[in-house]
Amino acid sequence: MQTINFPAQFSSLASIADAVQRAARSAGLSERSAYAVQLAVDEACSNIIEHGYEGRTDGEIEFRSETLKDGLRIVLRDQGLAFDPTQAPEPDFSVPLEKLQVRGAGVVMMQRAVDELRFRSLPGGINELTLVKRAP
Amino acid sequence: MDISSEKLDNYDLVKMEGRIDSNTATELREVFSTITDAGRLKIVFDMGGVDYISSSGVWVLLDTQKTCKKRNRGELRIANVNENIVYTLDLAGLKHFIQIFESVEAAGEGF
Repeated sequence: MQTINFPAQFSSLASIADAVQRAARSAGLSERSAYAVQLAVDEACSNIIEHGYEGRTDGEIEFRSETLKDGLRIVLRDQGLAFDPTQAPEPDFSVPLEKLQVRGAGVVMMQRAVDELRFRSLPGGINELTLVKRAP
Repeated sequence: MDISSEKLDNYDLVKMEGRIDSNTATELREVFSTITDAGRLKIVFDMGGVDYISSSGVWVLLDTQKTCKKRNRGELRIANVNENIVYTLDLAGLKHFIQIFESVEAAGEGF
């Protein structure tokens, strides 16, 4: 298990991706599964940074990864505004290009890229998002 | 992260190395906007050096595509796209909005 605190800034995203890659390799995930987890975590962290902390520069994201018997679990915690991606409505991408609003694509990608996605609010204003990807 | 653009005879060629995420998507958007603001709406984006794209990047591509395709004047095409990026576009259900080519030459044909 590894626990790392990252500044909640877009400049942290590359480092967060590296942490995901390391965790995915340790858990024995395939290259595609590792990429999928990287995508889901990146989307989640981007939401936390942009919407959760709303541009504040002093926020943090706690990143915890754990190898499971059958895959990888990543838990993200933050203290920004709560956003539950499991409750976000599914956007409609079946429209013509000129009517397309790409907002919401990140949450769709997050939901589809991992096998389990769970959100809960903890005491003290802490938001916790758990992502699980099964091997391979 | 490195972005370059070049005006060719029939289209503009944009090349990028690195990640396209919320940190870097803004700069990519500015490169595309500079081209489309000048009225040049046929663009090939060589993604051979891009190893990752998030929804922010997808948004930039599709916003640019909207601008290029308005009134059927042009198009944004992508080339040298690795499988993980195709996977991302497919996962979001957005792959059908952009043509994917094996090479820049193939993408440039018919422009």
